[in-house]
Amino acid sequence: MSHHIVEIQDLRYTYPDGTQALRGVSLTILHGESVALVGANGAGKSTLLKHLNGCLVPEAGSVRIGGFPLTPKTLAQVRRSVGMVFQDPDDQLFMPLVREDVAFGPLNLGLPPEEVEQRVRQALETVGAGHLADRPPYRLSAGEKRSVAIASVLSMEPSILVMDEPSSHLDPRARRQLIELLGSFRHTKIIATHDLDLALDLCPRTAVLQQGQIAADGATLDILQDDQLLGACHLERPLRLQGCPICRGQGESASA
Amino acid sequence: MAGIEASLFDLSRFDTLSRLDTPIHRLEPRVKVLTTMAFVVAVVSFDKYQVGALLPFLLYPVVLISLGDLPLGYLASKVLAAAPFAFFVGVFNPVFDREILVRLGPVAVTGGWLSFASILLRFVLTVTAALALVATTGMYDLCRALERLGLPRAFTVQLLFLYRYLFVLVEEASRMHRARSLRSFGHRGTGLRVYGQMLGQLLLRTLDRAQRVHAAMLCRGFTGELHLIRSASIGPKDVLFLCGWIGAFALMRIYDLPAWVGRAATGLVP
Repeated sequence: MSHHIVEIQDLRYTYPDGTQALRGVSLTILHGESVALVGANGAGKSTLLKHLNGCLVPEAGSVRIGGFPLTPKTLAQVRRSVGMVFQDPDDQLFMPLVREDVAFGPLNLGLPPEEVEQRVRQALETVGAGHLADRPPYRLSAGEKRSVAIASVLSMEPSILVMDEPSSHLDPRARRQLIELLGSFRHTKIIATHDLDLALDLCPRTAVLQQGQIAADGATLDILQDDQLLGACHLERPLRLQGCPICRGQGESASA
Repeated sequence: MAGIEASLFDLSRFDTLSRLDTPIHRLEPRVKVLTTMAFVVAVVSFDKYQVGALLPFLLYPVVLISLGDLPLGYLASKVLAAAPFAFFVGVFNPVFDREILVRLGPVAVTGGWLSFASILLRFVLTVTAALALVATTGMYDLCRALERLGLPRAFTVQLLFLYRYLFVLVEEASRMHRARSLRSFGHRGTGLRVYGQMLGQLLLRTLDRAQRVHAAMLCRGFTGELHLIRSASIGPKDVLFLCGWIGAFALMRIYDLPAWVGRAATGLVP
Protein backbone atom coordinates (compact mmCIF):
# COMPACT_ATOMS: atom_id res chain seq x y z
CA MET A 1 0.00 0.00 0.00
CA SER A 2 3.03 2.28 0.06
CA HIS A 3 3.18 3.50 -3.53
CA HIS A 4 -0.21 4.32 -4.91
CA ILE A 5 0.78 5.79 -8.19
CA VAL A 6 -1.77 6.67 -10.80
CA GLU A 7 -0.24 6.31 -14.21
CA ILE A 8 -2.22 7.24 -17.29
CA GLN A 9 -0.60 6.75 -20.67
CA ASP A 10 -1.81 8.07 -23.98
CA LEU A 11 -5.45 7.55 -23.00
CA ARG A 12 -7.98 7.93 -25.80
CA TYR A 13 -11.74 7.65 -25.62
CA THR A 14 -14.53 8.33 -28.08
CA TYR A 15 -18.17 8.28 -26.97
CA PRO A 16 -20.60 6.12 -28.97
CA ASP A 17 -22.04 9.27 -30.55
CA GLY A 18 -18.65 10.08 -32.05
CA THR A 19 -17.51 12.76 -29.60
CA GLN A 20 -13.78 12.47 -29.11
CA ALA A 21 -13.52 13.15 -25.40
CA LEU A 22 -9.91 12.15 -24.74
CA ARG A 23 -7.19 12.42 -27.36
CA GLY A 24 -4.05 11.04 -25.82
CA VAL A 25 -3.88 12.02 -22.16
CA SER A 26 -0.77 11.12 -20.19
CA LEU A 27 -0.52 11.90 -16.50
CA THR A 28 1.40 10.46 -13.57
CA ILE A 29 0.30 11.15 -10.02
CA LEU A 30 2.43 10.10 -7.07
CA HIS A 31 1.42 8.82 -3.67
CA GLY A 32 -0.04 11.53 -1.45
CA GLU A 33 -0.27 14.17 -4.15
CA SER A 34 -3.31 16.38 -4.56
CA VAL A 35 -3.98 17.26 -8.13
CA ALA A 36 -6.64 19.59 -9.49
CA LEU A 37 -7.99 18.75 -12.89
CA VAL A 38 -9.34 21.91 -14.50
CA GLY A 39 -10.64 22.80 -17.92
CA ALA A 40 -13.61 24.15 -19.84
CA ASN A 41 -16.96 22.37 -19.98
CA GLY A 42 -16.56 19.36 -22.20
CA ALA A 43 -12.77 19.35 -21.96
CA GLY A 44 -12.86 15.73 -20.83
CA LYS A 45 -12.45 16.00 -17.07
CA SER A 46 -15.32 13.72 -16.12
CA THR A 47 -14.45 11.26 -18.88
CA LEU A 48 -10.91 11.05 -17.57
CA LEU A 49 -12.13 10.44 -14.02
CA LYS A 50 -14.43 7.65 -15.17
CA HIS A 51 -11.39 5.79 -16.50
CA LEU A 52 -9.68 5.78 -13.13
CA ASN A 53 -11.83 3.00 -11.74
CA GLY A 54 -13.05 1.33 -14.83
CA CYS A 55 -16.46 2.97 -15.30
CA LEU A 56 -15.27 3.48 -18.87
CA VAL A 57 -12.92 1.24 -20.80
CA PRO A 58 -10.22 3.08 -22.75
CA GLU A 59 -10.24 2.90 -26.51
CA ALA A 60 -6.45 3.12 -26.55
CA GLY A 61 -3.77 3.71 -23.97
CA SER A 62 -3.60 2.40 -20.44
CA VAL A 63 -4.37 3.21 -16.83
CA ARG A 64 -2.27 1.79 -14.00
CA ILE A 65 -3.29 2.21 -10.39
CA GLY A 66 -0.75 1.37 -7.71
CA GLY A 67 1.28 -0.64 -10.18
CA PHE A 68 -1.65 -2.73 -11.43
CA PRO A 69 -2.82 -2.25 -14.98
CA LEU A 70 -6.57 -1.66 -14.97
CA THR A 71 -8.06 -4.83 -16.47
CA PRO A 72 -11.25 -6.77 -15.76
CA LYS A 73 -9.22 -9.01 -13.45
CA THR A 74 -7.85 -6.20 -11.31
CA LEU A 75 -11.04 -4.16 -11.43
CA ALA A 76 -12.28 -5.18 -7.98
CA GLN A 77 -8.90 -4.46 -6.39
CA VAL A 78 -8.65 -1.08 -8.12
CA ARG A 79 -12.18 -0.04 -7.15
CA ARG A 80 -11.30 -0.84 -3.59
CA SER A 81 -8.39 1.57 -3.60
CA VAL A 82 -9.96 4.31 -5.72
CA GLY A 83 -12.89 6.02 -4.01
CA MET A 84 -15.01 7.95 -6.47
CA VAL A 85 -17.28 10.78 -5.32
CA PHE A 86 -19.81 11.60 -8.03
CA GLN A 87 -20.91 15.05 -9.04
CA ASP A 88 -24.56 14.53 -8.10
CA PRO A 89 -24.89 13.04 -4.60
CA ASP A 90 -28.34 11.75 -5.55
CA ASP A 91 -26.62 9.32 -7.91
CA GLN A 92 -24.39 8.10 -5.18
CA LEU A 93 -26.79 7.87 -2.26
CA PHE A 94 -29.15 5.20 -3.47
CA MET A 95 -29.88 3.36 -0.25
CA PRO A 96 -32.92 4.25 1.88
CA LEU A 97 -30.92 5.33 4.92
CA VAL A 98 -27.65 7.19 5.27
CA ARG A 99 -26.30 4.42 7.49
CA GLU A 100 -27.12 1.78 4.89
CA ASP A 101 -25.53 3.82 2.17
CA VAL A 102 -22.27 4.24 4.01
CA ALA A 103 -22.34 0.52 4.81
CA PHE A 104 -22.93 -0.45 1.19
CA GLY A 105 -19.27 -0.55 0.14
CA PRO A 106 -17.94 -2.36 3.23
CA LEU A 107 -20.75 -4.93 3.04
CA ASN A 108 -19.86 -5.62 -0.58
CA LEU A 109 -16.27 -6.11 0.50
CA GLY A 110 -17.59 -8.91 2.69
CA LEU A 111 -16.48 -7.42 5.98
CA PRO A 112 -17.95 -8.77 9.23
CA PRO A 113 -20.92 -6.79 10.65
CA GLU A 114 -19.04 -5.34 13.64
CA GLU A 115 -16.29 -4.05 11.38
CA VAL A 116 -18.89 -2.57 9.01
CA GLU A 117 -20.65 -0.90 11.92
CA GLN A 118 -17.41 0.61 13.13
CA ARG A 119 -16.39 1.85 9.70
CA VAL A 120 -19.77 3.46 9.16
CA ARG A 121 -19.57 5.29 12.45
CA GLN A 122 -16.02 6.37 11.83
CA ALA A 123 -16.67 7.56 8.27
CA LEU A 124 -19.72 9.55 9.33
CA GLU A 125 -17.87 11.10 12.24
CA THR A 126 -14.97 12.08 10.00
CA VAL A 127 -17.28 14.14 7.79
CA GLY A 128 -19.25 15.41 10.80
CA ALA A 129 -22.46 13.64 9.84
CA GLY A 130 -22.85 11.19 12.69
CA HIS A 131 -26.26 12.62 13.58
CA LEU A 132 -27.59 11.91 10.06
CA ALA A 133 -27.09 8.14 10.23
CA ASP A 134 -30.78 7.23 10.44
CA ARG A 135 -32.12 9.83 8.02
CA PRO A 136 -33.16 9.08 4.46
CA PRO A 137 -30.65 10.73 2.07
CA TYR A 138 -33.23 12.54 -0.05
CA ARG A 139 -34.23 14.73 2.86
CA LEU A 140 -30.78 16.12 3.50
CA SER A 141 -29.47 19.51 2.40
CA ALA A 142 -27.00 19.71 -0.47
CA GLY A 143 -24.09 20.14 1.91
CA GLU A 144 -25.17 17.22 4.06
CA LYS A 145 -25.63 15.05 0.99
CA ARG A 146 -22.12 15.90 -0.15
CA SER A 147 -20.66 15.00 3.26
CA VAL A 148 -22.52 11.71 3.33
CA ALA A 149 -21.44 10.91 -0.23
CA ILE A 150 -17.85 11.40 0.86
CA ALA A 151 -18.43 9.24 3.94
CA SER A 152 -19.87 6.49 1.76
CA VAL A 153 -16.56 6.37 -0.06
CA LEU A 154 -14.36 6.81 3.01
CA SER A 155 -15.93 3.74 4.63
CA MET A 156 -14.15 1.59 2.05
CA GLU A 157 -10.86 3.10 3.21
CA PRO A 158 -9.57 3.92 -0.24
CA SER A 159 -6.06 5.25 -0.72
CA ILE A 160 -7.00 7.48 -3.66
CA LEU A 161 -9.94 9.88 -3.61
CA VAL A 162 -11.35 10.95 -6.93
CA MET A 163 -13.92 13.76 -6.94
CA ASP A 164 -15.98 15.35 -9.64
CA GLU A 165 -16.93 18.97 -8.84
CA PRO A 166 -17.05 18.52 -5.07
CA SER A 167 -17.98 22.15 -4.39
CA SER A 168 -20.87 22.49 -6.83
CA HIS A 169 -24.28 23.43 -5.37
CA LEU A 170 -22.80 24.27 -1.96
CA ASP A 171 -23.34 27.50 -0.08
CA PRO A 172 -20.15 29.37 0.91
CA ARG A 173 -19.97 27.96 4.40
CA ALA A 174 -20.63 24.37 3.31
CA ARG A 175 -17.98 24.88 0.64
CA ARG A 176 -15.49 26.16 3.21
CA GLN A 177 -16.21 23.20 5.48
CA LEU A 178 -15.71 20.84 2.56
CA ILE A 179 -12.36 22.43 1.76
CA GLU A 180 -11.26 22.08 5.38
CA LEU A 181 -12.43 18.48 5.44
CA LEU A 182 -10.63 17.55 2.23
CA GLY A 183 -7.54 19.39 3.42
CA SER A 184 -7.43 17.16 6.50
CA PHE A 185 -7.28 13.94 4.43
CA ARG A 186 -3.98 12.21 3.82
CA HIS A 187 -5.24 10.43 0.70
CA THR A 188 -3.95 10.91 -2.80
CA LYS A 189 -6.55 13.29 -4.24
CA ILE A 190 -7.64 13.96 -7.78
CA ILE A 191 -10.24 16.72 -7.96
CA ALA A 192 -11.95 17.82 -11.14
CA THR A 193 -13.34 21.30 -10.61
CA HIS A 194 -14.23 24.72 -11.98
CA ASP A 195 -13.69 26.17 -8.54
CA LEU A 196 -10.15 27.46 -9.01
CA ASP A 197 -10.01 28.93 -5.53
CA LEU A 198 -10.65 25.46 -4.17
CA ALA A 199 -7.86 24.18 -6.38
CA LEU A 200 -5.60 26.86 -4.97
CA ASP A 201 -6.46 25.85 -1.41
CA LEU A 202 -6.21 22.10 -1.77
CA CYS A 203 -3.98 21.14 -4.65
CA PRO A 204 -0.32 22.10 -4.98
CA ARG A 205 -0.44 20.70 -8.50
CA THR A 206 -2.85 21.42 -11.35
CA ALA A 207 -3.37 19.75 -14.70
CA VAL A 208 -5.27 21.68 -17.35
CA LEU A 209 -7.31 19.76 -19.89
CA GLN A 210 -8.17 21.28 -23.21
CA GLN A 211 -10.15 19.42 -25.83
CA GLY A 212 -9.15 16.03 -24.56
CA GLN A 213 -5.48 16.78 -24.12
CA ILE A 214 -3.30 17.99 -21.30
CA ALA A 215 -2.59 21.64 -22.06
CA ALA A 216 -0.49 22.26 -18.98
CA ASP A 217 0.62 20.40 -15.87
CA GLY A 218 2.53 22.03 -13.07
CA ALA A 219 2.45 24.00 -9.84
CA THR A 220 -1.02 25.41 -9.21
CA LEU A 221 0.22 28.91 -8.40
CA ASP A 222 2.14 29.15 -11.67
CA ILE A 223 -0.68 27.82 -13.80
CA LEU A 224 -3.36 29.98 -12.23
CA GLN A 225 -1.36 33.14 -12.91
CA ASP A 226 -0.71 32.32 -16.57
CA ASP A 227 -3.45 34.47 -18.07
CA GLN A 228 -2.67 33.46 -21.63
CA LEU A 229 -3.03 29.76 -20.85
CA LEU A 230 -6.13 30.31 -18.74
CA GLY A 231 -7.78 32.38 -21.45
CA ALA A 232 -7.09 29.76 -24.10
CA CYS A 233 -8.70 27.11 -21.89
CA HIS A 234 -11.87 29.11 -21.07
CA LEU A 235 -10.68 29.74 -17.52
CA GLU A 236 -9.68 32.80 -15.56
CA ARG A 237 -7.62 33.62 -12.51
CA PRO A 238 -9.11 32.49 -9.24
CA LEU A 239 -10.95 35.39 -7.61
CA ARG A 240 -8.32 35.68 -4.93
CA LEU A 241 -5.65 36.33 -7.54
CA GLN A 242 -7.73 39.01 -9.25
CA GLY A 243 -7.61 42.71 -8.39
CA CYS A 244 -9.72 43.66 -5.40
CA PRO A 245 -12.58 46.02 -6.40
CA ILE A 246 -12.05 48.18 -3.33
CA CYS A 247 -8.29 48.60 -3.28
CA ARG A 248 -8.03 48.21 -7.07
CA GLY A 249 -4.44 48.24 -8.26
CA GLN A 250 -2.97 48.14 -4.80
CA GLY A 251 -3.47 44.41 -4.56
CA GLU A 252 -1.56 44.00 -7.82
CA SER A 253 1.35 46.06 -6.65
CA ALA A 254 1.41 44.24 -3.35
CA SER A 255 1.70 40.88 -5.05
CA ALA A 256 4.24 42.16 -7.59
CA MET B 1 -48.01 19.31 -10.68
CA ALA B 2 -48.02 21.37 -7.53
CA GLY B 3 -50.58 18.81 -6.38
CA ILE B 4 -48.16 15.98 -6.99
CA GLU B 5 -45.39 17.76 -5.16
CA ALA B 6 -47.68 18.41 -2.24
CA SER B 7 -48.84 14.82 -2.07
CA LEU B 8 -45.25 13.69 -2.25
CA PHE B 9 -44.44 15.84 0.69
CA ASP B 10 -47.42 14.21 2.30
CA LEU B 11 -45.95 10.82 1.48
CA SER B 12 -42.71 11.66 3.17
CA ARG B 13 -44.75 12.26 6.29
CA PHE B 14 -44.98 8.48 6.54
CA ASP B 15 -41.22 8.51 7.02
CA THR B 16 -41.55 10.98 9.83
CA LEU B 17 -44.31 8.94 11.44
CA SER B 18 -42.33 5.73 11.12
CA ARG B 19 -39.55 7.20 13.23
CA LEU B 20 -41.77 7.69 16.27
CA ASP B 21 -41.04 5.55 19.27
CA THR B 22 -44.16 3.80 20.55
CA PRO B 23 -44.92 0.22 21.61
CA ILE B 24 -46.25 -0.44 18.11
CA HIS B 25 -43.18 1.02 16.42
CA ARG B 26 -40.92 -1.09 18.60
CA LEU B 27 -42.52 -4.34 17.44
CA GLU B 28 -40.52 -6.47 15.05
CA PRO B 29 -41.52 -5.56 11.47
CA ARG B 30 -42.08 -9.19 10.41
CA VAL B 31 -44.57 -9.63 13.22
CA LYS B 32 -46.51 -6.57 12.11
CA VAL B 33 -46.52 -7.76 8.51
CA LEU B 34 -47.80 -11.21 9.46
CA THR B 35 -50.47 -9.84 11.79
CA THR B 36 -51.69 -7.42 9.17
CA MET B 37 -51.81 -10.21 6.60
CA ALA B 38 -53.83 -12.38 8.96
CA PHE B 39 -56.14 -9.43 9.56
CA VAL B 40 -56.69 -8.83 5.85
CA VAL B 41 -57.32 -12.50 5.14
CA ALA B 42 -59.82 -12.73 8.00
CA VAL B 43 -61.66 -9.59 6.88
CA VAL B 44 -61.98 -10.54 3.22
CA SER B 45 -63.00 -14.14 3.98
CA PHE B 46 -66.48 -13.17 5.21
CA ASP B 47 -69.68 -13.80 3.29
CA LYS B 48 -70.58 -10.94 0.97
CA TYR B 49 -73.66 -9.81 2.96
CA GLN B 50 -71.81 -9.61 6.28
CA VAL B 51 -71.67 -6.20 7.88
CA GLY B 52 -72.27 -6.68 11.59
CA ALA B 53 -69.73 -9.46 12.05
CA LEU B 54 -67.04 -7.21 10.52
CA LEU B 55 -67.46 -4.48 13.12
CA PRO B 56 -65.30 -6.08 15.87
CA PHE B 57 -62.38 -6.03 13.45
CA LEU B 58 -62.28 -2.24 13.84
CA LEU B 59 -60.48 -2.99 17.07
CA TYR B 60 -57.19 -3.78 15.32
CA PRO B 61 -56.73 -0.51 13.37
CA VAL B 62 -58.01 1.43 16.36
CA VAL B 63 -55.40 -0.16 18.62
CA LEU B 64 -52.62 0.42 16.07
CA ILE B 65 -53.59 4.06 15.59
CA SER B 66 -54.01 4.88 19.25
CA LEU B 67 -50.97 2.98 20.58
CA GLY B 68 -48.93 3.96 17.54
CA ASP B 69 -49.77 7.62 18.11
CA LEU B 70 -50.82 8.12 14.48
CA PRO B 71 -52.77 11.21 13.36
CA LEU B 72 -56.26 9.94 12.60
CA GLY B 73 -57.21 12.79 10.24
CA TYR B 74 -54.13 12.26 8.12
CA LEU B 75 -54.73 8.53 7.77
CA ALA B 76 -58.42 9.16 7.03
CA SER B 77 -57.50 11.51 4.21
CA LYS B 78 -55.23 8.83 2.73
CA VAL B 79 -58.01 6.25 3.01
CA LEU B 80 -60.42 8.65 1.28
CA ALA B 81 -57.94 9.17 -1.53
CA ALA B 82 -58.17 5.48 -2.36
CA ALA B 83 -61.91 5.25 -1.71
CA PRO B 84 -63.17 5.77 -5.28
CA PHE B 85 -61.81 2.35 -6.25
CA ALA B 86 -63.86 0.56 -3.63
CA PHE B 87 -66.85 2.81 -4.28
CA PHE B 88 -67.05 1.91 -7.95
CA VAL B 89 -66.51 -1.77 -7.26
CA GLY B 90 -69.71 -1.85 -5.20
CA VAL B 91 -71.82 1.05 -6.40
CA PHE B 92 -74.01 -1.02 -8.76
CA ASN B 93 -74.77 -3.75 -6.25
CA PRO B 94 -77.92 -1.96 -4.91
CA VAL B 95 -79.18 -1.69 -8.51
CA PHE B 96 -78.78 -5.34 -9.42
CA ASP B 97 -79.42 -7.07 -6.11
CA ARG B 98 -82.88 -5.99 -4.96
CA GLU B 99 -83.79 -8.96 -2.82
CA ILE B 100 -84.82 -7.75 0.62
CA LEU B 101 -82.76 -9.41 3.31
CA VAL B 102 -83.22 -7.34 6.44
CA ARG B 103 -85.93 -5.11 7.81
CA LEU B 104 -84.91 -2.36 10.18
CA GLY B 105 -88.32 -1.37 11.46
CA PRO B 106 -90.09 0.24 8.50
CA VAL B 107 -86.91 0.35 6.33
CA ALA B 108 -86.31 -2.66 4.06
CA VAL B 109 -82.64 -3.25 3.30
CA THR B 110 -81.84 -5.08 0.09
CA GLY B 111 -78.93 -7.47 -0.42
CA GLY B 112 -77.35 -4.96 -2.76
CA TRP B 113 -77.10 -2.27 -0.11
CA LEU B 114 -75.77 -4.80 2.39
CA SER B 115 -73.03 -6.04 0.07
CA PHE B 116 -72.16 -2.45 -0.88
CA ALA B 117 -71.81 -1.51 2.78
CA SER B 118 -69.80 -4.65 3.36
CA ILE B 119 -67.38 -3.78 0.52
CA LEU B 120 -66.88 -0.27 1.87
CA LEU B 121 -66.37 -1.50 5.41
CA ARG B 122 -63.83 -4.10 4.31
CA PHE B 123 -62.07 -1.48 2.26
CA VAL B 124 -61.80 0.91 5.20
CA LEU B 125 -60.59 -1.88 7.49
CA THR B 126 -57.93 -3.32 5.22
CA VAL B 127 -56.59 -0.03 3.85
CA THR B 128 -56.41 1.54 7.30
CA ALA B 129 -54.56 -1.49 8.63
CA ALA B 130 -52.12 -1.40 5.71
CA LEU B 131 -51.51 2.33 6.10
CA ALA B 132 -51.02 1.93 9.83
CA LEU B 133 -48.51 -0.82 9.08
CA VAL B 134 -46.50 1.44 6.76
CA ALA B 135 -46.75 4.39 9.13
CA THR B 136 -45.52 2.43 12.14
CA THR B 137 -42.86 0.42 10.29
CA GLY B 138 -41.49 2.56 7.46
CA MET B 139 -40.93 1.49 3.88
CA TYR B 140 -37.39 0.40 4.53
CA ASP B 141 -38.04 -1.97 7.42
CA LEU B 142 -41.14 -3.17 5.66
CA CYS B 143 -39.18 -4.25 2.59
CA ARG B 144 -36.59 -5.89 4.75
CA ALA B 145 -39.28 -7.75 6.67
CA LEU B 146 -40.90 -8.92 3.44
CA GLU B 147 -37.55 -10.16 2.26
CA ARG B 148 -36.91 -12.05 5.46
CA LEU B 149 -40.37 -13.56 5.14
CA GLY B 150 -39.38 -14.98 1.77
CA LEU B 151 -40.37 -12.43 -0.85
CA PRO B 152 -37.80 -12.72 -3.67
CA ARG B 153 -35.02 -10.19 -3.31
CA ALA B 154 -35.61 -8.85 -6.84
CA PHE B 155 -38.98 -7.48 -5.74
CA THR B 156 -37.84 -5.95 -2.47
CA VAL B 157 -34.87 -4.28 -4.12
CA GLN B 158 -37.12 -2.87 -6.84
CA LEU B 159 -39.52 -1.59 -4.23
CA LEU B 160 -36.76 0.09 -2.26
CA PHE B 161 -35.30 1.77 -5.31
CA LEU B 162 -38.73 2.85 -6.45
CA TYR B 163 -39.31 4.49 -3.11
CA ARG B 164 -35.86 6.08 -3.02
CA TYR B 165 -36.01 7.57 -6.50
CA LEU B 166 -39.69 8.49 -6.53
CA PHE B 167 -38.71 11.74 -4.84
CA VAL B 168 -35.92 12.47 -7.30
CA LEU B 169 -38.17 11.66 -10.25
CA VAL B 170 -41.01 13.88 -9.12
CA GLU B 171 -38.61 16.70 -8.41
CA GLU B 172 -37.18 16.36 -11.90
CA ALA B 173 -40.64 16.24 -13.46
CA SER B 174 -41.86 19.26 -11.53
CA ARG B 175 -38.76 21.23 -12.55
CA MET B 176 -39.55 20.50 -16.18
CA HIS B 177 -43.18 21.37 -15.66
CA ARG B 178 -42.28 24.64 -13.99
CA ALA B 179 -39.87 25.53 -16.81
CA ARG B 180 -42.67 24.89 -19.30
CA SER B 181 -45.38 26.81 -17.51
CA LEU B 182 -43.12 29.81 -16.87
CA ARG B 183 -42.75 30.27 -20.60
CA SER B 184 -46.28 29.48 -21.67
CA PHE B 185 -47.88 32.60 -20.11
CA GLY B 186 -51.08 31.13 -18.82
CA HIS B 187 -51.81 29.33 -22.07
CA ARG B 188 -51.60 25.62 -22.31
CA GLY B 189 -48.29 25.97 -24.13
CA THR B 190 -48.66 23.99 -27.27
CA GLY B 191 -50.76 21.44 -25.50
CA LEU B 192 -50.44 17.72 -25.27
CA ARG B 193 -47.73 17.40 -27.89
CA VAL B 194 -45.29 19.16 -25.60
CA TYR B 195 -46.25 16.90 -22.72
CA GLY B 196 -45.48 13.88 -24.86
CA GLN B 197 -42.04 15.23 -25.58
CA MET B 198 -41.51 16.08 -21.94
CA LEU B 199 -42.38 12.54 -20.95
CA GLY B 200 -39.83 11.30 -23.46
CA GLN B 201 -37.27 13.67 -21.99
CA LEU B 202 -38.05 12.44 -18.53
CA LEU B 203 -37.55 8.84 -19.62
CA LEU B 204 -34.18 9.68 -21.18
CA ARG B 205 -33.08 11.56 -18.07
CA THR B 206 -34.20 8.66 -15.94
CA LEU B 207 -32.23 6.21 -18.05
CA ASP B 208 -29.16 8.43 -17.75
CA ARG B 209 -29.58 8.59 -14.03
CA ALA B 210 -30.06 4.85 -13.82
CA GLN B 211 -26.72 4.42 -15.56
CA ARG B 212 -25.02 6.83 -13.22
CA VAL B 213 -26.52 5.14 -10.18
CA HIS B 214 -25.41 1.78 -11.49
CA ALA B 215 -21.90 3.14 -12.05
CA ALA B 216 -21.90 4.43 -8.48
CA MET B 217 -22.94 1.00 -7.24
CA LEU B 218 -20.26 -0.75 -9.27
CA CYS B 219 -17.66 1.67 -7.90
CA ARG B 220 -18.48 0.44 -4.45
CA GLY B 221 -18.16 -3.20 -5.27
CA PHE B 222 -21.77 -4.10 -6.14
CA THR B 223 -21.95 -7.62 -7.53
CA GLY B 224 -25.69 -8.05 -7.90
CA GLU B 225 -26.54 -8.77 -4.30
CA LEU B 226 -27.78 -6.14 -1.91
CA HIS B 227 -26.31 -6.73 1.53
CA LEU B 228 -28.24 -5.33 4.42
CA ILE B 229 -27.27 -4.92 8.03
CA ARG B 230 -29.24 -7.50 9.95
CA SER B 231 -30.74 -6.49 13.21
CA ALA B 232 -34.04 -6.85 15.10
CA SER B 233 -34.93 -10.29 16.32
CA ILE B 234 -38.33 -11.51 17.45
CA GLY B 235 -38.83 -11.24 21.20
CA PRO B 236 -41.52 -12.51 23.57
CA LYS B 237 -43.56 -9.30 23.19
CA ASP B 238 -43.65 -9.79 19.44
CA VAL B 239 -44.81 -13.38 19.77
CA LEU B 240 -47.49 -12.29 22.21
CA PHE B 241 -48.68 -9.59 19.82
CA LEU B 242 -48.82 -11.99 16.88
CA CYS B 243 -50.50 -14.87 18.70
CA GLY B 244 -52.87 -12.60 20.60
CA TRP B 245 -54.16 -10.92 17.50
CA ILE B 246 -54.38 -14.06 15.40
CA GLY B 247 -56.36 -15.64 18.22
CA ALA B 248 -58.62 -12.59 18.38
CA PHE B 249 -59.11 -12.61 14.61
CA ALA B 250 -60.04 -16.29 14.73
CA LEU B 251 -62.59 -15.63 17.47
CA MET B 252 -64.08 -12.68 15.60
CA ARG B 253 -64.19 -14.75 12.42
CA ILE B 254 -65.86 -17.79 13.96
CA TYR B 255 -68.27 -16.12 16.38
CA ASP B 256 -70.50 -13.28 15.23
CA LEU B 257 -69.98 -11.18 18.34
CA PRO B 258 -72.37 -8.28 17.56
CA ALA B 259 -75.18 -10.74 16.81
CA TRP B 260 -74.45 -12.56 20.04
CA VAL B 261 -74.45 -9.31 22.02
CA GLY B 262 -77.65 -8.33 20.22
CA ARG B 263 -79.39 -11.57 21.12
CA ALA B 264 -78.23 -11.29 24.71
CA ALA B 265 -79.53 -7.71 24.89
CA THR B 266 -82.88 -8.47 23.29
CA GLY B 267 -83.16 -11.55 25.55
CA LEU B 268 -83.08 -9.22 28.55
CA VAL B 269 -86.05 -7.28 27.26
CA PRO B 270 -89.20 -9.42 27.62
